[in-house]
Amino acid sequence: MLYRTAGQFKTSYRADQALFPIKQDSFLLGIILICAWVVFPLTASEFTFQTILTPILIYSLAALGLNILTGFAGQLSLGTGAFMGVGAYACYKMITLMPWMNPVIAILLSGVFSAGVGVAFGIPSLRIKGFYLAIATLAAQFFLVWLFEKWSWLYNDNASGAIQVPNLDMFGLYVAGPQASSITQYYLVLIIVSLLTYVAINLTRGNLGRTWKATRDMDIAAELIGINLMKSKLTAFAVSSYIVGVSGALFVFMWRGAAEPNLFDIPLSFRVLFIAIIGGLGSIMGNYLGAILIVGLPVVLNTVPAALGIHIESALVEHLNIMIIGSLIIFFLIIEPHGLAQLWRLIREKLIIWPFPH
Amino acid sequence: MSVPAGPYLTEDGRQIGDVLMEMKNITLKFGGVVAIKDISFDIREGEIRAIIGPNGAGKSSMLNVISGFYHPQEGEVWYKGSVRPAMKPFEVARQGVGRTFQNIALFEGMTVLDNVMTGRLTHMHASVWDQAIWWGKAEREEVFNRDQVEKVIDFLEIQAIRKTPVGRLPYGLKKRVELARALAAEPSLLLLDEPMAGMNVEEKEDMSRFILDVNDEFGTTIALIEHDMGVVMDLSDRVVVMDYGKKIGDGTPDEVRNDQAVIDAYLGVPHE
Repeated sequence: MLYRTAGQFKTSYRADQALFPIKQDSFLLGIILICAWVVFPLTASEFTFQTILTPILIYSLAALGLNILTGFAGQLSLGTGAFMGVGAYACYKMITLMPWMNPVIAILLSGVFSAGVGVAFGIPSLRIKGFYLAIATLAAQFFLVWLFEKWSWLYNDNASGAIQVPNLDMFGLYVAGPQASSITQYYLVLIIVSLLTYVAINLTRGNLGRTWKATRDMDIAAELIGINLMKSKLTAFAVSSYIVGVSGALFVFMWRGAAEPNLFDIPLSFRVLFIAIIGGLGSIMGNYLGAILIVGLPVVLNTVPAALGIHIESALVEHLNIMIIGSLIIFFLIIEPHGLAQLWRLIREKLIIWPFPH
Repeated sequence: MSVPAGPYLTEDGRQIGDVLMEMKNITLKFGGVVAIKDISFDIREGEIRAIIGPNGAGKSSMLNVISGFYHPQEGEVWYKGSVRPAMKPFEVARQGVGRTFQNIALFEGMTVLDNVMTGRLTHMHASVWDQAIWWGKAEREEVFNRDQVEKVIDFLEIQAIRKTPVGRLPYGLKKRVELARALAAEPSLLLLDEPMAGMNVEEKEDMSRFILDVNDEFGTTIALIEHDMGVVMDLSDRVVVMDYGKKIGDGTPDEVRNDQAVIDAYLGVPHE
């Protein structure tokens, strides 16, 4: 009843292919946007910003990048963490070499470097697919992390081997570094994430998106109807690595504040891959749902039992978290391979015909 | 009975033009196996050309040579009056050769509409930047091509399923969607690899009607492989018969039907 679509007729193809052809969807999106832009920032505490809001956005963006490659173009990648690292190190070098540079521009440009690296490591995808390609991207993962460690120019010969985000200001307002406030950083992340999500939606619903999906579903048929597979796969690598790189720069500059090479090691890649899988491969919204679950679950496990008066040791919380996420991944792979996004789609279909199921 | 050398009108009034594609002495080998041995034939503008033959005769290989998937070791492919250099399949498709597949090769994760829209991609030119911004060029192009796609969807009577994911469709409809995807590209030459395979009589009648209508309305040249002899003889203007990689007959359906070599190939005679 609440979700009834009857009577919403389209009289032009433009209206029919609108992003949200159903009124209720736009309404729901409006509520979510108001929450993200107004309600959360006004009510959130420092703790909430640092443990929930900002990391959810950044992980969503990383998963979005991976999802374009794996979910839309069908090229499995295990190198996400390293590509995030490329973005972070590129941003660090730009900021330290050119301190006059606007931090937001630097963050957006750092994606260009990771896009370049991503395309280079995507070249094997022209010959190999599936697991074998995953292994090739795994090589990128190990090689790049090794490079972050050994190439001291990357971290300005810092004795600790880590990169430290300096205080950066934009129009007199600190946006990164120890002096920046969480709310400023949250808004910056939100702006960049919203912008890139909009771009990703447009790319995936248009001609390029269909080219990617055709490559994913049946590459031989795709080539025989006129798709240049090389171009299709490499654009997917480029767009995906760009978004992943920007998320890596945000990860360090807007959230962590500092990074060692092993931060970008394989656990990060897997974390992002889990978000994409649990959220739903081939879906944009799924990345947000997956990130909310993966980032939010440990926080919930930490705070809810304490609030209820049950005492759980922090080591146990850590183990519980791993066990729950592990079983969720198995659950989703078996029961609903299309993830949380598909669950929402099914609920929506049910809601549309509710309360008369026939 | 045989067809004239130049352009002519068929009995039912369709215009047949000059040679669109000509295969000259094609030989295709896979290692020591000779799949196609020194075959020559031509396809003329506006005609329906059938390629028939027993299983393993090399028909599908021939179609794959035409669509650029296989590269013959010997021989030349002439297209629109010039020799076609060795090119990738997607370049051949962009030159106006569309095709369907023997085993349905649709993009299962996409809706019918998206599948058919994918067929239009050779007509879409908005850059990545235009598409990222969407407003303006990309959207105009999308709407224009949607309009073209809807014409094909109307033509093939699949309006009701346009937003259904292809994976949910029954076999007969999938075949039709595949034809729609190929047609959306507005090909000058349409290759159909066993369009009736696995269909019942009713579906075959539908498909035959669509093939004739496509040829009639759009003037699309069609080359098809089919095992149902009734269909082949009724639909096609000329027939190439292959057996063991060799051409054993070429001509109008009547000529082919009465050819002793063809009869032998189909009924089976001992090979010396």
